[in-house]
Amino acid sequence: MKNVVESKNLSFSYNGILALSDINISIPQGKFVSIVGPNGAGKTTLLKIILGLIKNYSGTIKVFDKNPDEVDPALIGYVPQFKTMDRKFPAIAIELVASGIIRKWPWRIRGKSKQLAYEALSLVKSEHLAERSLSSLSGGELQRVCLARSFVRNPKLIVLDEPATGIDAIGESDLYNLLENYQSKSGATVLMITHDWHVALHHSDLVLLLNRRQIAFASPKEALSEDNLRIAFGHIGHQHNFRGEN
Amino acid sequence: MLEIFTIPFLQRAFIAGALVGFLSSYFGVFVVQRGMGFLGSGLAHAAFGGVAIGIFLNQEPLLFAIPFTILVAIAITYVKEKTNLAEDTAIGIFFSVSMALGIIFIALKKNYSSDAFNYLFGSILAVNYNDILITSLLSLVTIILFPYWKKWAYSSFDRELAYTDKIKVVFDDYLLNIMVAITIVVSIKVVGIVLIAACLVIPPAAARLVSKTFSKMTVLSIFLGVISTFIGIIFSYYLDLPTGALIILLQAVFFFFFMLIKNNS
Ligand SMILES: Nc1ncnc2c1ncn2[C@@H]1O[C@H](COP(=O)(O)OP(=O)(O)OP(=O)(O)O)[C@@H](O)[C@H]1O
Ligand SMILES: [Mg+2]
Repeated sequence: MKNVVESKNLSFSYNGILALSDINISIPQGKFVSIVGPNGAGKTTLLKIILGLIKNYSGTIKVFDKNPDEVDPALIGYVPQFKTMDRKFPAIAIELVASGIIRKWPWRIRGKSKQLAYEALSLVKSEHLAERSLSSLSGGELQRVCLARSFVRNPKLIVLDEPATGIDAIGESDLYNLLENYQSKSGATVLMITHDWHVALHHSDLVLLLNRRQIAFASPKEALSEDNLRIAFGHIGHQHNFRGEN
Repeated sequence: MLEIFTIPFLQRAFIAGALVGFLSSYFGVFVVQRGMGFLGSGLAHAAFGGVAIGIFLNQEPLLFAIPFTILVAIAITYVKEKTNLAEDTAIGIFFSVSMALGIIFIALKKNYSSDAFNYLFGSILAVNYNDILITSLLSLVTIILFPYWKKWAYSSFDRELAYTDKIKVVFDDYLLNIMVAITIVVSIKVVGIVLIAACLVIPPAAARLVSKTFSKMTVLSIFLGVISTFIGIIFSYYLDLPTGALIILLQAVFFFFFMLIKNNS
C-alpha cells in the first residue's frame, strides 16, 4: 500500500456554502501530518470526510485504498474534539478505553479486553485513572484516556481533532510525546488538526495548510512559509488570536 | 397478607406489573441518558389516540394503540433525522394531533367515557390474559435484543464515535423508539396514559444519581422499576387507591432518597 489517504479534487459544501475546495493530498504510511488553518477553514470537515461521516462530497478520496465509509474501523483510531464529549455520561475511564476495542459500549470489562485496556492506559501513564468517573477527570486526564482509547485497537491511522484544546503547555507537550512514542513503536500514521502552526512546525513530517482551499501540502518549513501563513491566517505572528475560539 | 398472591386478578396484576416495571425502567435508561423524556409523554398521548379508535370501533383498544403508537414513533424519528427541527417540536406536533383525534373519537362514543378513564389513569382490575401475553412477548423480545444495549449505550454516549465504528445509529434509533412505543402501550393498563412517561424517567434518573457506570445504572433502574410497581400494587389493593399514582409516588420516594444519599456522601 502506497498512501494511507489520497484525495483528488476533493470538495464539499454545506447547503451550498463551500467548506472545502479542490483538496489534493497523498499521505504516506507512517508520517505525522498536521492540518493547520484558522477557525472555519474546513479542518474538521476534512476529517469527517476521511472518517466516513460526511459522504456527499465531490471528487475522490481513498483511505487505505477504499471509500472512507467502507474502511474497516479497526484501522482507525479517532480522538474527537473532546469538548464535544458527553462527560455527564455515567462511565469510568476504563470503559471508555474498552469501547475502543469492542467498538460497542461495554456491559462488563473482563479477560482479554480488560488486559488490553489497562495496557493502553499504561502507554499514556494513566492506569491510576481506570476506575475514575469521566465527570471527575480533568481535561488533560480525559485527553489521555481518549488517546489510550485510540491506541487500544492498534490502529494504522490515528486521527485527532484539536487534541490540545484546554490543556496547559506541559500537558500539551506530553501529549505529542505520547503520540510520537506510539508512532515510532507501531509505525502508524498520525493525522492531527491544530490551530497552532508552531506545533505543526515542530512535530510533523508534513503539513496541510488549509483555508477552505489547499494553500500548501508539503514539509513543515515549506508549507508554513511566511507567505503561506499570511494567505491562510491573514496575519502572521498573531496565531494565538486564533486559538481557543470556535 | 400472603392471600393477596392467590387472588387471580391480583396475580395477573403482579405479573403484568413486574414486566411493565422491567420494560419501562430498562428502556428508560436510554430515554433519560439521551434526554428524550418528552418522547415518553408524546408517545403516551399518541397511544391515547390509538386506544380511542379501538374503543370507538368496539375492538380491543391495544390492537389499535400498538400500531398507531409505533407509526407515531417512526414519524417522530423520521422528522428528527430528516429535518433540522428539534425532536421536541416533532413530538409536540404528533402529540397534540393524536390527542385531538382521541378526544374526538371518545366524544363520538359517549357512553364509553368510563372505559377511557381506565386507560387514562390505569386500572389493574382491567388487566387480562391478553395483556399478560403481550407484555410477556415484549419482555422476551427485549431480552433477545439485549445485545443492542451495547449499541444503544454507545450512541447514547457519542453518536459520532458510534457512527465511525460502523454502528447503524439511525436504524438503532428507530428500533429503540419503536420498543419504547410498545412499552408505553402495554404499560397503559397498569400505570395509565397520564403517568406512564414518569415510569420511563424516574427509576433511571434515580439510578443515575448513584451509579458510576451505565450498566450499573441499568441494573439498578430495573430493580427500582420492578420493586416500585410491585409495592405499588400491594398498596393500591389495601388502600384502595389508584395503582399508577402510587407507583409513581414510590419511585419518587426512591429518587429523593438517593438524592439525599448522594448529597451526604
Ligand atoms: N453542520 C454544518 N452545517 C453548515 N455549515 C457547517 C457545518 N459544519 C461546519 N460548517 C461550516 O463549514 C466551515 C468549515 O467548518 P469546520 O468545522 O470544518 O472548520 P474548522 O476548520 O474545523 O474550524 P475550527 O477551527 O473552528 O474547529 C465553517 O464555515 C462552518 O461554519
Ligand atoms: Mg474544527
